[in-house]
Amino acid sequence: MPNILIQFPMAAVFNEIPLSWFLTLSLIMFALGSLGVMIRKNPVVVFMCIELMLNAVNLSFLSFAAYPNAAVASQDPVQSAMSGQAMVMIVMAIAAAEVAVGLGIIMSIFRYRNQVDVDEMNTMRG
Amino acid sequence: MTLNQVAFIILAVFALLGSIGVVFLKSPVRAALALVANFFTLGLVYFMLGSEMIGISQIMVYAGAIMVLFLFVIMILRSKNPEEDSSVFKDRRLVFGFLGIGAMVALIYAFVIQPTRELYGANFDRTYGTPQAIGKVFFTQYVYPFEVISVLLLLGVVGSIMLAKRKF
Repeated sequence: MPNILIQFPMAAVFNEIPLSWFLTLSLIMFALGSLGVMIRKNPVVVFMCIELMLNAVNLSFLSFAAYPNAAVASQDPVQSAMSGQAMVMIVMAIAAAEVAVGLGIIMSIFRYRNQVDVDEMNTMRG
Repeated sequence: MTLNQVAFIILAVFALLGSIGVVFLKSPVRAALALVANFFTLGLVYFMLGSEMIGISQIMVYAGAIMVLFLFVIMILRSKNPEEDSSVFKDRRLVFGFLGIGAMVALIYAFVIQPTRELYGANFDRTYGTPQAIGKVFFTQYVYPFEVISVLLLLGVVGSIMLAKRKF
């Protein structure tokens, strides 16, 4: 693989910033997203909070991929990095499909009932 | 405090402000714009982690395409009496706030700081974020998930067209 373009001083990043910083950012974002899913009533905003949680998970995937685990000695670092990034691409594609279908559902609910509020959508309540 | 740490802290502050804005701003349009800011700074964080391809896709797919979809739906759904988006925790905001912050600190300590003390970043060849590397891994090792994703996206297209049609 040609190694011309990407010659960032990346090693400095990984030596100076601990993995826990990235994971803390990811955790706080995930918690905020779940809080938003619980307290917001507009379903579009609830969807946005789900996107926030997905992105937090993506961030933790990528940071685990970038920092090879010293505890697992048999792990190939390049292999783990590639697996993490492949997972993130898969999550992105799934999120795109989910948003398209979910917003379509919200649109059809709006067309049917002329209002959208997650507290009013209780037809299927058990 | 080195320059990389300062850069990370600035990016993290912007990302956290964006996510706080998504959760707590009343207007859905403002929430969507805060989410755009959050996604953009997350793309920069991905650059920092060395995965350029993912960062570019993050900015294009999330901050571009998905947020345009959200804004269109918000525009269509604009109702006559906007933003009665009241919080559930209106009365006990202080108690729940302290509980949540305490739980957050405990979670960060227990699941992030404590277990990752032993981990460190080794210096291996940092070319894994290039489009070549990602394409190679998608056409060799992850070829079946790749096909499954393409079928899923096709299903998403068909499903959203079906949902958006006026008559079934």
